[in-house]
Amino acid sequence: MTGPLELADDALIAAQRLSEWVSRAPTLEEDVALANIALDQLGVARLLLQSLGDEDELAYGRGDGEFRNCLLVELPLGPARGDLDFGWTVVWLLFLAAAQKLRYEASGDPVAAGGGSGGRGLAEGGLAEGGSGGRGSGGRGLAEGGLAEGGSGSVKEVAAKAVKESAYHLDHATQWTIRLGDGTPESHRRVQEAVHELWPYTHELTEGIREDWLSIVEPVLAEATLTRPESEGWRPSGGRGGRHTEHLSYLLAEMQALHRAHPGAQW
Amino acid sequence: MVTAFEAVSKVVDPELRVVTIAELGILRAVDESEGRVTVTITPTYSGCPAMDAIRDDIRQALARHGFTEVEVKTVLSPAWSTDMITASGHEALHRAGIAPPGSTACPHCSSAKTLQISRYASTPCQALHRCLGCAEPFNAVKTL
Repeated sequence: MTGPLELADDALIAAQRLSEWVSRAPTLEEDVALANIALDQLGVARLLLQSLGDEDELAYGRGDGEFRNCLLVELPLGPARGDLDFGWTVVWLLFLAAAQKLRYEASGDPVAAGGGSGGRGLAEGGLAEGGSGGRGSGGRGLAEGGLAEGGSGSVKEVAAKAVKESAYHLDHATQWTIRLGDGTPESHRRVQEAVHELWPYTHELTEGIREDWLSIVEPVLAEATLTRPESEGWRPSGGRGGRHTEHLSYLLAEMQALHRAHPGAQW
Repeated sequence: MVTAFEAVSKVVDPELRVVTIAELGILRAVDESEGRVTVTITPTYSGCPAMDAIRDDIRQALARHGFTEVEVKTVLSPAWSTDMITASGHEALHRAGIAPPGSTACPHCSSAKTLQISRYASTPCQALHRCLGCAEPFNAVKTL
């Protein structure tokens, strides 16, 4: 189920991961680009969290088990914990941005996203419709779920802004995927490995929007001369239910330490 | 006697100091009733870090002109778009050497032959270009 909290946590954790690239990117321009994308993600996370409660309490006060992000965003940006692999990050961002763009598009116009679902509650908008192939069913029910409808900060309004920014993120990741995939043997090897390693995590990411997501991602991979795994065997999940990998613990420890040590501090 | 609207309209963007928040379409409304001023603004990019500075600047501008009961409201809808930048805003950006949205011509020498070096530049709203005519780099406001 991907409601506003799920979307907010995806964006918040993604922002935290992307920030790791600041001062470490391969070029100055890319340092700025990744920081800007992280800032966009953080901005959307803040707007969504503000609509759900106290943004600081939600960001800094919750424990691992209360976060609702998908597992993909909490993974290290490379094969091992602490890694910063640019090719991996590019593929990670491609997968994430494609999903986010679809979800924000669906949130912005719940009626158009699937037709005739008006009045359904949050819980029925996603999982009950059955997994892949349900066009638009993953992101629906968000604006209908009992948040401020059309008031300032409603999910629909945040999504209407976020979708435009997501389009830029997707474009950035697309161009790099093609450049690196159809690049040198080294760059090809790195992004190909990333595709294979990250692919199992894309099932949870694309719950309810798989077909649309594949139609965005597969052409990019093809043009980048990359292959995707044939079998769809292992499908790790649990993030939406608060069951996370150990990676989230390390990430939250760093993100929350200052606020927890000095609650209410201002500067 | 300066009205609340006049005072707020003159507040410049903290980053792009050559344009006002009114010219950028950030300022949505200024309502005054019984000495109480309500200013409605809208953020450009979701993560725009200038919004807090803009709120402070609005309060300061109003305080300077005697308006002390102020509420600054932020609305997200309709979503901000570069279409909301006024014609005078476009001109001000161009004069300052920043290509306004929709134009990638060099603001220095007017050459149409320019290259985008980076989609992301000094702020979330700008990209970095280089002119193939005069070789100068310049920022360009991205269309959103």
